[in-house]
Amino acid sequence: MRQAGLDVGSRSTELVVLENGKAVVERRVDTTYDPLSQMEQLLDGVAWDVMAATGYGRGLAAERFGATSLTEIRAYARGVHHLLPDARTVLDIGGQDTKVISLSPEGRVVQFEMNDRCAAGTGKFLEFMATGLQVPLPEFGEYALAGIPGTKINSMCTVFAESEATSLMARGTRGEDIALALHESIVRRSISMIRRVGLTEPVAFCGGVALNACIRSLLRGELEGGLLVPDRPELVGALGAALLAE
Amino acid sequence: MPTESTDHRQMWTNLGLDLEAHDALLEVLGHGYEAVFLSQQNRPKGMDYFNFVMSEVHGLRVKELLDEKAAGRKVFGSFCVFVPEEIVKSVDGTLVGLCTGADFATDAVEKYLPRNTCALIKSAFGFKLGKVCPYIESVDMIIGENTCDGKKKAYETLDTLVPNLYVMDLPQVKNERGRELLKAEYVRFLRKVEELSGVTVDVPRMKHGIALANAKRAALHRLSKLRAADPAPISGLDALLINQVGFYDDVERFTQSVNAVCDELDERVAAGEGVFPKGTPRILMSGCPMAVPNWKLPWIVESMGAVIVGEESCVGERGTRGLVSDEGDTLEDLIGNIVDRYFDIDCAIFTPNTDRLEHAMEMSKSYSADGVIHYCLNFCQPYQMESYSVAEALQSEGIPALRIETDYSQEDAEQLKTRVEAFVEMLR
Repeated sequence: MRQAGLDVGSRSTELVVLENGKAVVERRVDTTYDPLSQMEQLLDGVAWDVMAATGYGRGLAAERFGATSLTEIRAYARGVHHLLPDARTVLDIGGQDTKVISLSPEGRVVQFEMNDRCAAGTGKFLEFMATGLQVPLPEFGEYALAGIPGTKINSMCTVFAESEATSLMARGTRGEDIALALHESIVRRSISMIRRVGLTEPVAFCGGVALNACIRSLLRGELEGGLLVPDRPELVGALGAALLAE
Repeated sequence: MPTESTDHRQMWTNLGLDLEAHDALLEVLGHGYEAVFLSQQNRPKGMDYFNFVMSEVHGLRVKELLDEKAAGRKVFGSFCVFVPEEIVKSVDGTLVGLCTGADFATDAVEKYLPRNTCALIKSAFGFKLGKVCPYIESVDMIIGENTCDGKKKAYETLDTLVPNLYVMDLPQVKNERGRELLKAEYVRFLRKVEELSGVTVDVPRMKHGIALANAKRAALHRLSKLRAADPAPISGLDALLINQVGFYDDVERFTQSVNAVCDELDERVAAGEGVFPKGTPRILMSGCPMAVPNWKLPWIVESMGAVIVGEESCVGERGTRGLVSDEGDTLEDLIGNIVDRYFDIDCAIFTPNTDRLEHAMEMSKSYSADGVIHYCLNFCQPYQMESYSVAEALQSEGIPALRIETDYSQEDAEQLKTRVEAFVEMLR
């Protein structure tokens, strides 16, 4: 049986298809302003028997493809437990949400936290700041790793953080140092969200922002019990959905 | 209530409403009501009455109030469950809740109130400043009360906007002095109500007021108990609506209509029938009051495949818990009885307020809730503060709790859906 999982996020959409438990399709596209066309493009030429959808566009996918709809919380919990069975806490930083999920040893969701309507400290924040510093997003993490600690950005609000960054630039602070400060501010926020749920290590880090080397490195520095990062952290939601498709 | 509606435009004009803005409000309200309530499956037939009341909430009901006034009886408007309906009924008066459940005329409101004021307070001002609330324009007296700091200070401002505000002081600590204060304030209120109505209250009159308010509460208690059944015989939305209508409707007719719904629910429970399938995850809502038309969160909860089985809220059990004893031969005794009941209200303005934790746990158990959603309005400091201790107390008993902070806008609906849905998934 081919199980398809679709994760229609605010920034990107991922597809994972499993055949007898093994991933046979792994695809990712930007969600854009027309998520339905993007989903159709992702599914073009792909065969599947059952599908589950998660992410902001899950309702649309359910309507269009008859998929089962489930939340990112459940999908990420399932995906992480499959890939990293030891993980007890999941940190998922996506395009406009940050989620922390506390898992039981059996992989059940015990508790979760999610940022509310503000997208502070998410992928969108990084994207905005990378543009401000004129660094391509995929290189932003490496760029920030070249920063020297000591600069601080206090605000978590994208708009206010940008004004802080602008003042720093005007004072001649190096771009790399500003970038590092911006990454540090995201990590501070994520750690405090993890502590609200109750930190049980090891922590699995996934979602698109887990591709950023600087965030990974800073998180490792904050966590004693280590940080687990799957090979394709951006696909964990789609994988979880595929595993739950029935 | 007459069964057909008439054109109320002349009445609204006479009340000084802004007809254009009011039309817009009624249209939004009508669409909202249709989407949230009329689309539900398996509603009890008795809900037809409540549909009708809602369709005429700014029409026939207001006309009834004006008829009462024309007959020489007084109409009182309040914002809080600490205002005793018994006392108002003892002078044949009518007590109505004033509109506080939707954003309106926000720009005008922010000329008077800070932006970070809770949506409920802003809404009361919005309805007044936007000239769209026929109730606030009809009442002989508006009763404010010193509950939270936001309301206390807002009444100082409201007093400059309306000619008929009366403010009741309230205690904040449950000790003998607090009780004395409440009693003194209820006596002062009784004197004021007597003065305004020209009626002198005696023991039979007060007993009559007590009987009416008790019958109304008893009907609501009956409704609450029926919701303990699995499958739940009525949706949480409909039960909330009934509680909300209780703030507007004629007391006796309301009592009768609630009992009629309960008769129907008795049959459903006996037959094992429900509004959702047996085994549907059961949620207790706890926190801030939800005034009409603030249905956002309960709607999301019930659209996500759960059923709400109780409200630990002022529009719910906090507002209706307990009855007033009618034992006593003097007015003093009866006022003491009224104080006994109201002093037990576990509002978050009290410190400490441990009764509320116990009630939340007790309600979770008696309604077999699988989880509790703590609902808070942004900037409602007393309930925001208590949300931590309530969630902690529940979790320590193994009852999952989700804390939500929101307001009357729709902009966070998608995020709320994700959270609520994930919570419901967790309970399955």
